[in-house]
Amino acid sequence: MTSLPEPSAIKLGLVIDLDICVGCQACVVNCKEWNTSGYGAPLSDESAYGAQPSGSWLNRVHAFEAGVGEDAKTVHFPKSCLHCEDAPCVTACPTGASFKRAEDGIVLVNEDWCIGCGLCAWSCPYGAREMDPAEGVMKKCTLCVDRIYNENLPEEDRVPACVRTCPTNARHFGDFGDPNSDVSIMVAERGGYDLLPEQGTKPVNKYLPPRPRRKSNDESMSLLAMADAATPKGFWQWMDNTLEKLG
Amino acid sequence: MALEPLVETSPEVSDEIRQTTCYMCACRCGINVHIRDDKIRYIEGNRDHPINKGVLCAKGSAGIMQHYSPARLKQPMKRVGPRGSGEFEPISWDEALTIATDWLAPIREKDPKKLAFFTGRDQSQALTSWWAQQFGTPNFAAHGGFCSVNMAAGGIYTIGGAFWEFGAPDWDLTEMFVLFGVAEDHDSNPIKIGLGKVKGRGKRVVSVNPVQTGYAAISDDWYGITPGTDGLLIMSLIRELMRSGNIDVDYLRRYTNAPWLVIRNPGADNDGLFLRGADGEPQVIDRLSGAVISHKTKNVSVAMHGEVPLDSGGVATPVFVLMTETYMTDAYSPDTVASTVGISAARIRQFAADLADAAFAKEVVINQPWTDWKGEKHDTMVGRPVSMHSMRGISAHSNGFQTCRALHVLQLMLGSIEVPGGWRFKPPYPKPPEAHPKPAGKPDQIQAGMPLTGAPLGYVLGPDDLLLNSEGEPQRIDKAYSWDAPMAAHGLMHMVISNAVAGDPYHVDVLFMYMANMAWNSSMNTRGVMDMLTEKNPDTGEYKIPKLIYSDAYSSEMVAYADLILPDTTYLERHDAISLLDRPICEADAVADAIRWPVFPPDRDVRGFQSVLIDLGARLGLPGMVEEDGSPKYADYEDYIINHERKPGIGPLAGFRGNGEKSGRGEPNPGQIEAYKANGAFWHKDIPEEGRYYKMANMAYQEFAVEMGICDTPQPYAFQIYSETLQKFHLAAEGHGEIQPPEHLRPRVKTCFTPLPTWYAPFEGEAVSDEEYPIHALTQRPMAMYHSWGSQNPWLRQIHGHNPMFIPRGLADDHGLSDGDWIWVTSHHGKIRVPVAIMAGLNEKTIWTWNAIGKRKGAWQLEEDAPEAKKGFLLNHLIKELLPAQADGQRWSNSDPITGQAAWFDLKVKIEKVDPTEPAVAFPQFPALPRMNAVNTEPVKTLRYGLQWTVKDKRAWWKK
Repeated sequence: MTSLPEPSAIKLGLVIDLDICVGCQACVVNCKEWNTSGYGAPLSDESAYGAQPSGSWLNRVHAFEAGVGEDAKTVHFPKSCLHCEDAPCVTACPTGASFKRAEDGIVLVNEDWCIGCGLCAWSCPYGAREMDPAEGVMKKCTLCVDRIYNENLPEEDRVPACVRTCPTNARHFGDFGDPNSDVSIMVAERGGYDLLPEQGTKPVNKYLPPRPRRKSNDESMSLLAMADAATPKGFWQWMDNTLEKLG
Repeated sequence: MALEPLVETSPEVSDEIRQTTCYMCACRCGINVHIRDDKIRYIEGNRDHPINKGVLCAKGSAGIMQHYSPARLKQPMKRVGPRGSGEFEPISWDEALTIATDWLAPIREKDPKKLAFFTGRDQSQALTSWWAQQFGTPNFAAHGGFCSVNMAAGGIYTIGGAFWEFGAPDWDLTEMFVLFGVAEDHDSNPIKIGLGKVKGRGKRVVSVNPVQTGYAAISDDWYGITPGTDGLLIMSLIRELMRSGNIDVDYLRRYTNAPWLVIRNPGADNDGLFLRGADGEPQVIDRLSGAVISHKTKNVSVAMHGEVPLDSGGVATPVFVLMTETYMTDAYSPDTVASTVGISAARIRQFAADLADAAFAKEVVINQPWTDWKGEKHDTMVGRPVSMHSMRGISAHSNGFQTCRALHVLQLMLGSIEVPGGWRFKPPYPKPPEAHPKPAGKPDQIQAGMPLTGAPLGYVLGPDDLLLNSEGEPQRIDKAYSWDAPMAAHGLMHMVISNAVAGDPYHVDVLFMYMANMAWNSSMNTRGVMDMLTEKNPDTGEYKIPKLIYSDAYSSEMVAYADLILPDTTYLERHDAISLLDRPICEADAVADAIRWPVFPPDRDVRGFQSVLIDLGARLGLPGMVEEDGSPKYADYEDYIINHERKPGIGPLAGFRGNGEKSGRGEPNPGQIEAYKANGAFWHKDIPEEGRYYKMANMAYQEFAVEMGICDTPQPYAFQIYSETLQKFHLAAEGHGEIQPPEHLRPRVKTCFTPLPTWYAPFEGEAVSDEEYPIHALTQRPMAMYHSWGSQNPWLRQIHGHNPMFIPRGLADDHGLSDGDWIWVTSHHGKIRVPVAIMAGLNEKTIWTWNAIGKRKGAWQLEEDAPEAKKGFLLNHLIKELLPAQADGQRWSNSDPITGQAAWFDLKVKIEKVDPTEPAVAFPQFPALPRMNAVNTEPVKTLRYGLQWTVKDKRAWWKK
């Protein structure tokens, strides 16, 4: 058992806009690319060119469908560690390898202490941790802890790789502990929600729901109700009036 | 509580950043390549770059894996076994180039058209086209004919521009963005950035697409249309907008040919042509005086209807009158078209109402004065904020050209092209067909030992411009610019191999291809093409295509079928010019171009194809590629990019000319490439604010375009709703003029070549029984793979490693299918066995799959039991390059009859559940290809990229 620190004042995390995510996988691959040479062991790939290619990734996009016919709706759902305030992956860890940073709430794995027992993955209700097949240690989203404070990067680049690369601007990084931060405001305005709140994990990351489909309204339909133009005579009368006005 | 480890939060990232242009697809984003220990540490988007503004897609982010791919070819090779066996012998570059020269030189001396030179989705056509021209062969094209030529040609002939990446919605101002069909291909990051902006502003995104994937998933409204019926839907929308007065009359009058007078003189040879004045200018009616005057006359109120009797017989009426007669009929009423398009009449009306609402109730006005081409001054720029985009969803049908034209006409009716909030051109567009060259390749334009008299590809303006021999037969191997495909702006790459093997219109001696996987996913009828490539002449024992030279960077399926392999570099090892002469990276507000440069020198015996082409050109003594003494004019592609001048002062790159201070025009600058490197590998110049909208009619833009070398004189023009070029072909089919179609094509030309956009049912659906083949079948590529060379990429293949056939719920129920079951899919041409997945967001008569995920066993250095080969499949096996025979026994090409665009979205199929005792393996399977002299003969099993750094840095992670 590893204990959690007191909840931090600063709660860093992501908010992901499901209304905008097109499922392009840019965040998935850019994350892999940054992190395979970054924090801890590489994100390895088994059977890289073979029958069952499978590697460790810190972020994946799933697609779901709801509804049928013209009401069918595809939702792309990016998923990574939610950096929960009550992180069961931390308390489940027998060696203290899993920990939550006291200063900003980021959940990390100290790979030197990780014995690859998998208890943390088992305890995570989101399936957000993946065992690296080659190193035998648990990999997870670090919120790019080696970018967000990195003085070797220009200040504007001190955001997680997934946020920097997202083409549709569907991913945002910030401090959810500050009610006035951009991400907190976004969550308040758009009804951002917790994933599986009933699990009691208090995730820091939030999701913005897809906006309801904006079906046409009767008002715009009235634009088609210009019956006069619907007959040739009426149409040319309308045209002449229009031309008269235009000069 | 346990002590918290201290994490190193500020590690060194890289030793150096080298900026170049991505080539993981056709999008051309700027990238920062972080280098550490002379290896790639990380690739990210360049924030300053006009295309991607810092973002980078999945493909671009997987560039590391592409650069270090085990499938990279490592040296030139010549074939030693039978074709297709993949048995090669490594040779030196000198030997390879000597062989190529020995093959090509005699052709040029005797009959240059016996060389067919076709390239794939490369981006160096300004060079490759010029090379073909200097060689003297008309048989040149790239893969546009297979890709989306209908969108290019339909656009150029109608509005002097095209979707592709040649224009863009005004993302910041648009109220409604409408996307027709799958379009995740070109301009991918700009469109994603734009979608984010439109959705972020809470504006409306509408998708018209049988398949709800990708961009369609985030649409506010989805119309799951029946494939191939978009034209009918669009004309129904036009009808509803006209009948309700929701059209922009002032825009139509000022910027389109809607008021131009058309001669109506049935049976005469001038029927349907424009009434022209003595100076050749089209005429209009002055509404106030009734006088017939030039359309160029300033400050008149032009009439939209009326009739002028003509002394020569017949009358003349404005185009707009013909439009009302054509579109305001019951044939296009929502009630009539609903069942064909698969969308209810009420929904079609609603769509029209939404367009009207966005265009007219939400007008955008920018307070920016400007002056039009007539010299009339405008105080503001008024916009109709409806924007649209479309690519192959519309293009890849046999009615795609006319459907593309119809879509542009819909935009024009709304007054929404090149206006605030609408859809805008990126330079070098707007550029009407008249400003493009005509194709060269008439009999007298091809001469032994001489260059072709002009570029092989171009825009014809009537039957007189066709490339026909004295018997009226095709001049080109792909029959482009013949009656088979008169307006074939991009050629017909998909017909080259079958025509050459059939000797129809003739045989070739050498087929020379670059980056074109014809033996796999870049051909219809893949198995047939493999057979054709290995087919021998029984009399001589020689292959029917005697010599095949191929250049590719990777061991693709096509490599095995070549006689001589010229191995190319990866995108990080090469020079390229993303040029204003070809397909630049311009934005609607700026001209821009870019380079690639060798971020790494090649570590194998490979050379950039363009440098090889220049070397080959010098060895062949091609004009422009040798000095007077016969020595090579250019050392390599870099030298050519810097020093080649297409016209004095105009070269491949427009930036940093002269001493580095000149833009557009200027002397070659020896320091030009270095200047680009210092500027992030691109150059960029803003269009003056006065010139940013109405570019086709805006004198500030026109003058800027001349200054930049885009054109030599201002070339303002009117949009061509009514196409006189199409009418000229139509008249020929009716028996007028000296150049007329052969009898068997006459009815087709009459039906399809209408001067106003029309809709006809896709050919394959008409040729086969709807009862027997009731289902439409489509392919599209996923965003993470589009236009990428990616299947050997170990990261991307984990995302898309095999492709199911997606089927709608209703069909699944009818056939008792669940996810993971296997089905036989049968067309008139072939049969495939594939796994299925059930999908809700899908037109009920349509099935579809991801394209080009399936790979041939052994290719791309994948292991033989890779899912790409066992479960992945190509729909191409079902698609024949010829349609079933007509009543007269003729077999038409499976292409658009106007442009020759490959009609691979016309496919009709039936499905049947596979007997559970059959193997769960995709059919057909082909013998495994051997490892073809690529970098790794046995690719690694476990990949741990970055291990050297993570091991080295490990101690630093846990600061004590």
